[in-house]
Amino acid sequence: MSWIDIGAVEDIPLRGARLVKTPVGCVALFRTGENEVFAASDRCPHKGGPLSEGIVHGRAVTCPLHNWVFDLETGRAQGADEGSIPTYPLRVEDGRLLIDGEAVGRRAAA
Amino acid sequence: MTKKLVVIGAGMASGRMLEHLFEDAPGNWDVTLFNAEPRGNYNRLMLSPVLSGEKTFAEIVTHDADWYDAHGVTCRFGERVVEIDRAAKVVVGEKGEVAYDKLVVATGSDPFMIPLPGHDLDGVIPYRDLEDTERMMRLSETPGARAVVIGGGLLGLEAAAGMAARGVDVTVVHLMGHLMERQLDEAAGYLLRRALVEKGITVRCAANSKQILGENGHVKALLLDDGTELPCDLLVMAVGIRPSVALAKSAGLAVGRGVHVDDQMVTSDPDVLALGECVEHDGAVFGLVAPLYDQAKVLAETLMGRAAAFRPKEVATKLKVTGCDLFSAGDFAEGEGREDIVFRDPARGVYKRLVLEGPRLVGAVMYGDTADGAWFHGLIKDREDVSEMRETLIFGPAFQGGAQADPMAAVAALPADAEICGCNGVCKGRIVEAVEGGAATIEDVRAVTKASGSCGTCTGLVEQVMALSLGDDFVMPTAKPVCGCTDLTHEDVRRLIKAQELKSQPAVWQELGWSTPNGCHVCRPAVNYYLLADWPLEYQDDPQSRFVNERNHANIQKDGTYSVVPRMWGGLTNARELRAIADAADKYGVPTVKVTGGQRIDLLGVRKEDLPAMWADLNRAGLVSGHAYSKGLRTVKTCVGREHCRFGTQDSTGLGVRLEKRLWGAWTPHKVKLGVSGCPRNCAEATCKDLGIVCVDSGFEIGVGGAAGMDLKEIQPLVKVATEGEAEEWSVAFVQLYREHAKYLDRPYKWIAKVGMDWVREALSDPAERAALVARFDLSQTIYQKDPWAERAEPAQARRFQPLADLTLEAAE
Repeated sequence: MSWIDIGAVEDIPLRGARLVKTPVGCVALFRTGENEVFAASDRCPHKGGPLSEGIVHGRAVTCPLHNWVFDLETGRAQGADEGSIPTYPLRVEDGRLLIDGEAVGRRAAA
Repeated sequence: MTKKLVVIGAGMASGRMLEHLFEDAPGNWDVTLFNAEPRGNYNRLMLSPVLSGEKTFAEIVTHDADWYDAHGVTCRFGERVVEIDRAAKVVVGEKGEVAYDKLVVATGSDPFMIPLPGHDLDGVIPYRDLEDTERMMRLSETPGARAVVIGGGLLGLEAAAGMAARGVDVTVVHLMGHLMERQLDEAAGYLLRRALVEKGITVRCAANSKQILGENGHVKALLLDDGTELPCDLLVMAVGIRPSVALAKSAGLAVGRGVHVDDQMVTSDPDVLALGECVEHDGAVFGLVAPLYDQAKVLAETLMGRAAAFRPKEVATKLKVTGCDLFSAGDFAEGEGREDIVFRDPARGVYKRLVLEGPRLVGAVMYGDTADGAWFHGLIKDREDVSEMRETLIFGPAFQGGAQADPMAAVAALPADAEICGCNGVCKGRIVEAVEGGAATIEDVRAVTKASGSCGTCTGLVEQVMALSLGDDFVMPTAKPVCGCTDLTHEDVRRLIKAQELKSQPAVWQELGWSTPNGCHVCRPAVNYYLLADWPLEYQDDPQSRFVNERNHANIQKDGTYSVVPRMWGGLTNARELRAIADAADKYGVPTVKVTGGQRIDLLGVRKEDLPAMWADLNRAGLVSGHAYSKGLRTVKTCVGREHCRFGTQDSTGLGVRLEKRLWGAWTPHKVKLGVSGCPRNCAEATCKDLGIVCVDSGFEIGVGGAAGMDLKEIQPLVKVATEGEAEEWSVAFVQLYREHAKYLDRPYKWIAKVGMDWVREALSDPAERAALVARFDLSQTIYQKDPWAERAEPAQARRFQPLADLTLEAAE
């Protein structure tokens, strides 16, 4: 793994999300009410809705276009909907957000 | 043969370690103990009871001069260690060297001071040792003394409560949304806050400190980001600790966040060991006492040459503030495969939450009644299988082993004097009496007995009592709850928010017994609206509880781009505005420009990143947000009226502009559209609006409840008035009545169908009530009538519209 610093935890609002552009496409960073962070694809598999614009509740996000709900940890759609979004390793160190560069298609800096 | 042991730091961990050592290997070690504080080991955890006056310092000393004497410890208290010379195996103190065979580094931690401007002023202190405690105690000797505590964690709150107990006026400033966010979930944080407020402590959460203001070198006030000044004579920073590693680092020991130690508490030098808050073990650092005591045991064993290994365990937290019973242990975040068991008793202020993962308990948060905390902590630590007792687990050890009961049988078994409704003190017998007296529905029972009329959480129980009394005659009501998070209906939630004066989301979740930690996408926008509509001054709108359009102040389109619609008051515009719109369309490459049905212009296909700059450009031409995306006032459609039209009877355009200028910016349960037509020919189509005014020669006919969407509805007459002023007053009063009473996402016609047009007419026909509604509307507008575009075009806000990072750019290099 190659961890890349992409910003501070506080840059993401509590129960909110921000976007990171990566070689594998847009990745949404979520921060829950319990102050946990997750990274997953920004694109809803249903109609391509931007998940970073959804409402974050518990450990889930609701797509703003048609209310599909995804578990942020597993990426799986909940309820009757079937589908999933890729998730990416993300960790916090001293208040900084570190994403796994290899997982999002960026080779480590030499 | 005695060996020489030098210990740097007389904290709780090293004190405990020495006890083990002297107990198991008396006489084997010749110990020298350094301490920078001019005293020996005391129980630092108990400084808070000393501060609050519940204990004296003498009572919290763990090892006194006699003890050191009896064990032959050479005390070098009040003396700093200057250097560790590992090659020569000596420790250099300010007053001379000491040789060692083994060295224990127990330097503890340093309080973290936020480097705010003014942090070095006199009167800005951490909360760490006896000196700090005494400083706070001395403050209370000044009558009317004020203190600010930065940090709403364990230490900060204990400092605040201690000073408040001594009569100091204390304000706690906390960066996060709720207190003790690392140990508590939002609901427990809310209860804690409530208890502290009752103690007279002012609590400001989500508050960002900006600067410490001083006068003659002494602290005078804390300035917050939002411009608030909190005057104070003492400022206590309790925002966290950092392992104190400077000495170990300069000695060349391996140091990360803390001094690296292995499972045996040995550092990178085999003759140097370390323990306590200064160490880092397997990536973790430590701040609570339980693991430190475990380390003390292991370190003593290692010194004695026995095999032992440190294994971190789940730790529990208890807050030492009298009257705030609080307990948390383990991991209580939500997650896949995790389930919550929640128990709330709002009347008693009790909250308990257990987090289960498969058959095991992994976390517990308790507030108000923590008697079973130790038992739960034991189940977590021992990873015990609790599936057998799951049904009654939350009731604690006293309830284990009993038979499971059918809930109806349990209710049937209750004696007549058993209390059913705690808020109103209604017992089972009273409800049975009411049923026998003819009450057949829950509303009847509520009207007669008040049972379930306050917090509503006993509604189910009342219904069960009714079902038992009525037998087959009773049909359980099937009112539709807001969502899966609650059994309450929208109407119940609105009523209870007002009746119980619930003014925050955690207050709603807790007092109304929500089953989820912070709601879902269905209930949270509704609750956010109800709170801001009922408590405009106290509640702060939460963007994270809003649908994307209202959060971004633009309409999201199916391809993820947005549409931008500036306001055109009453449909009027001018050449300057049109030029600005045309320029913006060019500058940001807007693919589609469309005239809307609401008499304004829609710029479609704008990228999110461009929104703030585009808004700033439009703002400069005097254009503001048209709220084309909001549950709020959309448009006031007008015809040209008597100014130009030969049939026009009144200045319909002017009235439309006047209404739009008064009503814009207000949030409503659903969108609101108005129309003003200058004559009954109705060119502005006012008769299918939520509120429509048709001008006639003698005045203004106002109707409400029209719609031209999924349903087509004609307005119903509300009133006819003579003057523009009255037309405006009635319109504002109607909108406020709708704001205060309707269910979220009910358009006015749906709401009127529920409450009845007669009720609306009656409510508005009283001049005093009308005036009160208008006053409440205007009060709310002082907060909410602000152009959201202007606010979000500010650089700090605009950043949120950009990606946090762009890793594609760097990859191309």
